[in-house]
Amino acid sequence: MDWKQLWEILSAPDNVPIIAMIPLLAFYIYLAWKQAHANDLLIAELAADPALAKTHHRKTWPFRPGWQKEVHVWPFLLRVEFLAAIIVTIILMVWSITLNAPLEEPANPNLTMNPAKAPWYFLGLQEMLVYFDPWIAGVVMPTLIIIGLMVIPYIDTNPLGAGYYTWKQRKFAIGTFLFGFVILWVSMIFIGTFIRGPGWQWFWPGQTWDHNRLIYEVNRDLPDIFGITSNFWKGIFGAIVVGGYFIVGGLIVNGLFRRSNPKDYKRMSLLQYSLMMTFFLIMVALPIKILIRLLFHIKYVWITPWFNI
Amino acid sequence: MPEEVSKGNGNNGKKGGLLGHIREDLESLKTDLPAKAKEQVEILSKPTKTQVYTSIFRHKHDDTPRNRALGVLSNVFLHLHPAKINRDAVRYSYTWGMGGITFYLFFVLTLTGVLLMFYYHPSKVQAFRDVLYLEHDVPYGKLLRNMHRWAAHLMVIAVELHMFRVFLTGSYKKPREFNWTVGVILLVLTLLLSFTGYLLPDDQLGFWAVTVGTNMARATPLLGHEGPFGAQLGMTPYNDVRFGLLGGSIVDANALLRSYIWHCIGIPIIASVFMIVHFWRVRKDGGISGPAPVVLDSEIKEAKK
Repeated sequence: MDWKQLWEILSAPDNVPIIAMIPLLAFYIYLAWKQAHANDLLIAELAADPALAKTHHRKTWPFRPGWQKEVHVWPFLLRVEFLAAIIVTIILMVWSITLNAPLEEPANPNLTMNPAKAPWYFLGLQEMLVYFDPWIAGVVMPTLIIIGLMVIPYIDTNPLGAGYYTWKQRKFAIGTFLFGFVILWVSMIFIGTFIRGPGWQWFWPGQTWDHNRLIYEVNRDLPDIFGITSNFWKGIFGAIVVGGYFIVGGLIVNGLFRRSNPKDYKRMSLLQYSLMMTFFLIMVALPIKILIRLLFHIKYVWITPWFNI
Repeated sequence: MPEEVSKGNGNNGKKGGLLGHIREDLESLKTDLPAKAKEQVEILSKPTKTQVYTSIFRHKHDDTPRNRALGVLSNVFLHLHPAKINRDAVRYSYTWGMGGITFYLFFVLTLTGVLLMFYYHPSKVQAFRDVLYLEHDVPYGKLLRNMHRWAAHLMVIAVELHMFRVFLTGSYKKPREFNWTVGVILLVLTLLLSFTGYLLPDDQLGFWAVTVGTNMARATPLLGHEGPFGAQLGMTPYNDVRFGLLGGSIVDANALLRSYIWHCIGIPIIASVFMIVHFWRVRKDGGISGPAPVVLDSEIKEAKK
């Protein structure tokens, strides 16, 4: 256990935000879960008792018939905002006094930093470079993430759960988002920051960063395993495998989705449904590609003269 | 009196007439000045009645519902708010306050950023030295730079948590779909703002982070010289999308200048425009989404197709 190494990584000024982010995220997931749980209990209670559903104010917070439904922004909202501004200012002040922003040697194109890391919020994408070519990890994936996020409101046809925390009414949507945000985005940032060392090699926390370490890894391409040698057939084979993933995966997801969310299945138009399927399958393809790389040392699935996937 | 007037008009009476006037003025001052002074003291003892005050503040401030509403509505900075909101909407546990905190951090970053600009030249010769100068010689320079850096990181976290909360409460659902997409654009702009700022100290950290980041642009399909079909479309390191971003084939003086201009002028203006739309749409779409009363599955009426 190399405590010095561990401390060096943890105390790097630019890594502090990530260390702060993890408990923050955990806290807010807890806060959301607590409210979602309470709402789900209330929903179950109201669903079981139609008479109560007619008279209940439908929130988990107390409300008596005589109370006003609205309050003045001045002062009831503004004091919260003012307090938040003061607290954030205090946090920033203390943080800025106690921790200095990093400043390394002057920029030197002849002296490569090892590891050379992107800013922390892009480390998830940099981590993807291990498993994908730069055009996918650096260009296509961010574009798909942005477009995928933008289409969410237009493909989520579930009218329930608008304006309150819930889990049971939106299991698929929330599960997918948690998977994308927490597993694919935040944990990849965590790996990129705290695990990846020189040469972008895997170093467990506390393991010494050995700049001379070499890993003898023989990565193969999927067509090689099947003994395909000609470039032409490699291209055809890859297209079949990738296409097959989308067809078979699509059929599986379709089967699961229309059984678990029959109402949404009925509500969605063909365009909504195919967009949802496409983005969902591409997202799930990420961990699959990571796994086949880690477990079977497979580098590319589809090899063509112009691009490799 | 007519005598005096005729004297005043005459040539000889000019001097005597002037003295007469002065004497008269002094006489009137003796009575007018105390009277006016008394009046002035009375006016100033009620500062809220003065013309200056009433021209600035258009309404009274005694604690009435009307004045509480006007306090918000008659103030340009507060008028983004409605006069009244749902009593549960002020609960921190619902909104987490992350949208507001993001905006506040943008404000802090603008303020500290402008101050930093007074000490920074975006040139290869000066940039790094300016940061050293800021850290060691400028009064509170180190605090200023630290605060700008940490507020930027905090803003990225706050934006992500804001998006997370909006998703979990289903706040992107009808009628707020469009505002969610505006929010996604603001998320991207926040990341770009932070990224363009990363290069500006012109140190190894920023240089290599931006090198790694922009090297990805080489691989852009069609538009990058190493990307799929890039070479076939005539892309070289000297005309592809990366060249356009950096203003050169390597991260150098042009990249520093471009970064600086995008960071200080370009993206803040674009982000401000999107922020205006974002905030305006929050109001137009009916204020914040909740906390709304829970809806039961059995209450949903399926639209006929």
